[in-house]
Amino acid sequence: MPFGNTHNNWKLKYSSEDEYPDLSKHNNHMAKFPDLSKHHNHMAKVLTKDMYARLRKRVTPSGFTIDNVIQTGVDNPGHPFIMTVGCVAGDEETYEVFKELLDPVIEDRHGGYKPTDKHKTDINSDNLQGGDDLDPAYVLSSRVRTGRSVRGFTLPPHCSRGERRAIEKMSSEALDSLSGDLKGKYYALKDMTDEEQQQLIDDHFLFDKPVSPLLLASGMGRDWPDARGIWHNNNKTFLVWVNEEDHLRVISMQKGGNMKEVFARFCTGLTKIEDLFKQHGHQFMWNEHLGYVLTCPSNLGTGLRAGVHVKLPNMSKNPQFEDVLKRLRLQKRGTGGVDTAAVGGVFDISNADRLGFSEVELVQMVVDGIKLLIEMEKRLEKGQAIDDLIPEQK
Amino acid sequence: AMAKNCHNDYKMKFSVDDEFPDLSLIGFTVDDVIQTGVDNPGHPFIMTVGCVAGDEESYEVFKELLDPIISDRHGGYKPTDKHKTDLNFENLKGGDDLDPNYVLSSRVRTGRSIKGFTLPPHNSRGERRGIQNLSIEALASLDGEFKGKYYPLDGMTDAEQDQLINDHFLFDKPVSPLLTCAGMARDWPDARGIWHNDNKTFLVWVNEEDHLRVISMQKGGNMKEVFRRFCVGLQKIEEIFKKHNHGFMWNEHLGYILTCPSNLGTGLRGGVHVKLPKLSTHAKFEEILTRLRLQKRGTGGVDTASVGGVFDISNADRLGSSEVDQVQLVVDGVKLMVEMEKKLEKGEAIDGMIPAQK
Repeated sequence: MPFGNTHNNWKLKYSSEDEYPDLSKHNNHMAKFPDLSKHHNHMAKVLTKDMYARLRKRVTPSGFTIDNVIQTGVDNPGHPFIMTVGCVAGDEETYEVFKELLDPVIEDRHGGYKPTDKHKTDINSDNLQGGDDLDPAYVLSSRVRTGRSVRGFTLPPHCSRGERRAIEKMSSEALDSLSGDLKGKYYALKDMTDEEQQQLIDDHFLFDKPVSPLLLASGMGRDWPDARGIWHNNNKTFLVWVNEEDHLRVISMQKGGNMKEVFARFCTGLTKIEDLFKQHGHQFMWNEHLGYVLTCPSNLGTGLRAGVHVKLPNMSKNPQFEDVLKRLRLQKRGTGGVDTAAVGGVFDISNADRLGFSEVELVQMVVDGIKLLIEMEKRLEKGQAIDDLIPEQK
Repeated sequence: AMAKNCHNDYKMKFSVDDEFPDLSLIGFTVDDVIQTGVDNPGHPFIMTVGCVAGDEESYEVFKELLDPIISDRHGGYKPTDKHKTDLNFENLKGGDDLDPNYVLSSRVRTGRSIKGFTLPPHNSRGERRGIQNLSIEALASLDGEFKGKYYPLDGMTDAEQDQLINDHFLFDKPVSPLLTCAGMARDWPDARGIWHNDNKTFLVWVNEEDHLRVISMQKGGNMKEVFRRFCVGLQKIEEIFKKHNHGFMWNEHLGYILTCPSNLGTGLRGGVHVKLPKLSTHAKFEEILTRLRLQKRGTGGVDTASVGGVFDISNADRLGSSEVDQVQLVVDGVKLMVEMEKKLEKGEAIDGMIPAQK
């Protein structure tokens, strides 16, 4: 039976005016807000009634609509700590079909990145200068993560159980064939034993069903824990999350300050995984404008967050801390990750950018920036000034 | 050009083993029906239904799934059974004299869905606003004991909000994953609101878990009066909606069509807050409730615990018996339980009072 009517057609009975979300109390990028001084959602800042009227008539080949894109931004007007994006992609085509909304959101979020700009990818860790000698008395651990989407499947806000299971199968097969220091094991969330679960928690590897309404409102918690899992190598330095917020999240981490080694393993592992997927006829979603295509527009480009847990009890209390971070193009988070507070003066410091810079460039900023912040910390410990160390805006 | 492929066609690329797709006319699929049940495997206190309807047609298009669930949930109700509706309050016997020393308050609620609109798991902002507009118009035309005012959730003042909380009228964005996983909290608080009469004895919730929830309540044990007001108010509201060619969803098999299959039939929960500190600790309490076809909840409603020996006791059934039947069960059952409580207070046995299964 042919069904031309989808729910989207049903909704077209209602005028665009009637369907346009009430964004009057929304403080985010998506809604239009006269006062831009403290906005908290990119989508609310950008979406106008006219734009909505045009975009509601469109749908991606897999059936993702403008309402699907923006639902999370409508349901979550603002966030206390971070400027949220307020929209998600349901498939690779979302970024094309809804470019009228997403291009300005991307531009706003990624420092003026234009629709005509080209993004460069550089996963050659040899190009990183230094990074093997961050002071372990201050740098407790180093970590690099990114995400990858498998072309031909829809993304976590939209994918079905069948798609998710296929991604899981493909991923565990690819990962099973890794060897040497990347040899490891896959743990499906729904099958793990209590011991395995406890070990993964102790290793800080386990991810759980999202609780953030930002993620739940976009449908990423559906069918949990079906086809979700964690793979890690025997050395516990390389980790892959399957079907959490993205198809794959790839993480390289270790204690101490040898970011160079972390990044080298990251690049090697990622390249091997990509080759294995290609051998099976599957590629990662990538294009020369947006780089790697991921669920959240904030993670486009490299999708890379490289960071350290670093002790900066003095520096973090210095009135210039925020400004220094900004100039270094870094951001701080608590030691529990996004939306957490710092404990005992230990901060998670990572690159703020994702798009418009390569992987090597971003990790370089972290390496150089952390080195400088530690110098400043040491000065402040001795009661000395740091004014001569304040950097230029990178 | 508009894509004719909806997400459901896309999913059909995958084998039936991986997906069990189906298509309904307004776009509600079996995955939409069952998502809440997939996401919420079990509940500590109650046997959850695990599915919702997205529109009136869901109960027909997915009858293969929903008929057995309805049968299981509603005491063996068969696909061929007919449900009777009786909103004539004069058919209720007694109910005006439940002992107010024990019965603190009485309440009757039901839900109604408006024909031509999809249901809360599925409806769009335009539909929800349409329902709100119709509801405001209908309720604004009520007078006499039903004269009242509408408070939209996103438009009330702090003072109004405090008052509604104090009156125990205010509903908030659902937190239960049973509801949020079914999509009922989307776009909150857009087009949601509360209407109540000036006397604060008749209340309508707009666009919460159903299009409309209609509630009649008052302190004390005069359930007859509560039910009278309930029936009269409901019928007045229905008249007005019918005039606008938007009657309530109803059919002779399922009665009133609501979002959750557990609320089909009458959608009615008639209950009291009653002090039963002794009876509630008696070994036979649960059994008595079962025989009387009643259920207990805490005084905060579903999923809450009772406080100070005060229980919310209400009818367990929704489908297969009429509104009058169900309220009669509550009236007779609570009367009996209060008598049992009094006996237990005097240290007397209640074995001779245990009722037969109704």
